[in-house]
Amino acid sequence: MLDKLIDYLQYPFVQYALIVGVLIALCSSLIGVSLVLKRFSFIGDGLSHVAFGAMAIASVLNLTNQMIIVMPVTVVSAILLLRTGRNAKIKGDAAIAMISVGALALGYLLMNIFSTSSNLTGDVCSTLFGSTSMLTLTLTDVIVCGVISAIVVALFLIFYNKIFAVTFDESFATAVGTRSNRYNLLLAMIIAVIIVLAMNLVGSLLISALIIFPALSSMRLFKSFRSVTIFSAVLSVICAVSGIIISILAGTPVGATIVAADVGAFLICTLVGIFKK
Amino acid sequence: MSLIDVRSLTLGYENRTVLRDLSFCVDEGDYLCIVGENGSGKSTLMKTLLGLQKPFGGEIIFGDGLKHTEIGYLPQQTVVQKDFPASVREIVLSGCQARCGLRPFYNREEKQLADRNMERMGIKEYSRRCYRDLSGGQQQRVLLARALCATRKILLLDEPVSGLDPMVTAEMYELIEGLNKEGITIIMISHDISAAVCYAGKILHIGKKTFFGTKEEYMASDIGKLFIMSEEGGANA
Ligand SMILES: Nc1ncnc2c1ncn2[C@@H]1O[C@H](COP(=O)(O)OP(=O)(O)OP(=O)(O)O)[C@@H](O)[C@H]1O
Ligand SMILES: [Mg+2]
Repeated sequence: MLDKLIDYLQYPFVQYALIVGVLIALCSSLIGVSLVLKRFSFIGDGLSHVAFGAMAIASVLNLTNQMIIVMPVTVVSAILLLRTGRNAKIKGDAAIAMISVGALALGYLLMNIFSTSSNLTGDVCSTLFGSTSMLTLTLTDVIVCGVISAIVVALFLIFYNKIFAVTFDESFATAVGTRSNRYNLLLAMIIAVIIVLAMNLVGSLLISALIIFPALSSMRLFKSFRSVTIFSAVLSVICAVSGIIISILAGTPVGATIVAADVGAFLICTLVGIFKK
Repeated sequence: MSLIDVRSLTLGYENRTVLRDLSFCVDEGDYLCIVGENGSGKSTLMKTLLGLQKPFGGEIIFGDGLKHTEIGYLPQQTVVQKDFPASVREIVLSGCQARCGLRPFYNREEKQLADRNMERMGIKEYSRRCYRDLSGGQQQRVLLARALCATRKILLLDEPVSGLDPMVTAEMYELIEGLNKEGITIIMISHDISAAVCYAGKILHIGKKTFFGTKEEYMASDIGKLFIMSEEGGANA
């Protein structure tokens, strides 16, 4: 089995998948802690559906570089969702449900009507749940992912203290002169970018899992913001790597395997958390 | 010029006006106590002063170059989500966020300031504990330490002593008085009317009737006499 693994690791596409997997896992878990605590996770969920819709439009238009449409649409939706979610208290949830389900249905419809592909179900399935074969990642994908991840991590480190302050007590932060709205906007935009990035790996339906699970697992065990953030990043990377390796060896779908690893880690952390008390 | 000049301010929530046509001013070095019955709009006034909500009408003018980053604030209630992972130290340090501007990390001075304020509030020994696991009074002290870290010119306190034991309450009043003597302007909401008339220089009474003036004027006024009597009667009952 180990031989088989080492064999596989020679292939560039396996290396690409591992690199991209680690980067996405890292970024999504960093931002995940704030997202969960700020109750922004619903935005992540809504956005992944929007990204799916945008992807459908892009593939209908036969664009070679789908990012050109998917990225701006998702970022703009993130900003809009944040606004509606904050202002109109009751309508916020409904608006998000509307947008996300609408985008999902529209995307599927568009793909169904206009698609020239012979394997429509396969296409839809891979957009929703991630590609089964990781052959889809090119070197350019890896470089783009690397650059964006570097930016996300840098932004997170630079604004770490502000993000903590705004997450813990937004009104205090605002009262003492921190521009909370800007940081909320920054968070929303980072989520959007991560979601678009992660779509290739785990597919749009499973992204939320990647964002939420490491944070929740880590919160079972640790009591300070810093330790929760660090542990969730480590855990997320471990789950992504083991998920990818297992999927190679066992031939299971990548996205689902990574998420399964995250779920497993969550259960273990919950148990350990209970015994620690 | 006053530090904060409030002119015919009207404020409230959505379509409900809570206070109408309120005017007063706060000068540098003042110790202002805001008193009034429950629900009279004291906390709302403080939030409006801080820019957390927009006034319906009137003006709030910050004079003497007062900036938001020089304000310390203790909210009446801080709704912290269950399971929020945050250590006492992390929270107190977050009071320094305005000091560091866009600098990403806290410097040594800011860390020392946080340590000093934790010592002042007697929470040094559990600086690594999780905020959610503390008692109500302990949590209040953490938030006070955070407010002290943020304060450079003015400190706004919404019922600072609620939930504190008598010892710490007395220390708290001493501490606030000390800060005031160092030149920091204090605006405090309090139901503890005897402390208010003991420490404050000026009183703002809001409610059905409004009063603004020095505490001597307040104690001589009808509205003041009535309120002091009813509050003290309530406290003795
Ligand atoms: N978030 C809110 N939305 C709508 N109305 C509110 C809100 N918070 C408070 N109010 C109303 O505004 C009025 C003033 O409330 P406020 O909290 O300012 O009173 P307060 O003087 O601070 O009272 P207390 O002494 O109990 O702290 C009350 O009648 C209250 O019902
Ligand atoms: Mg109040």
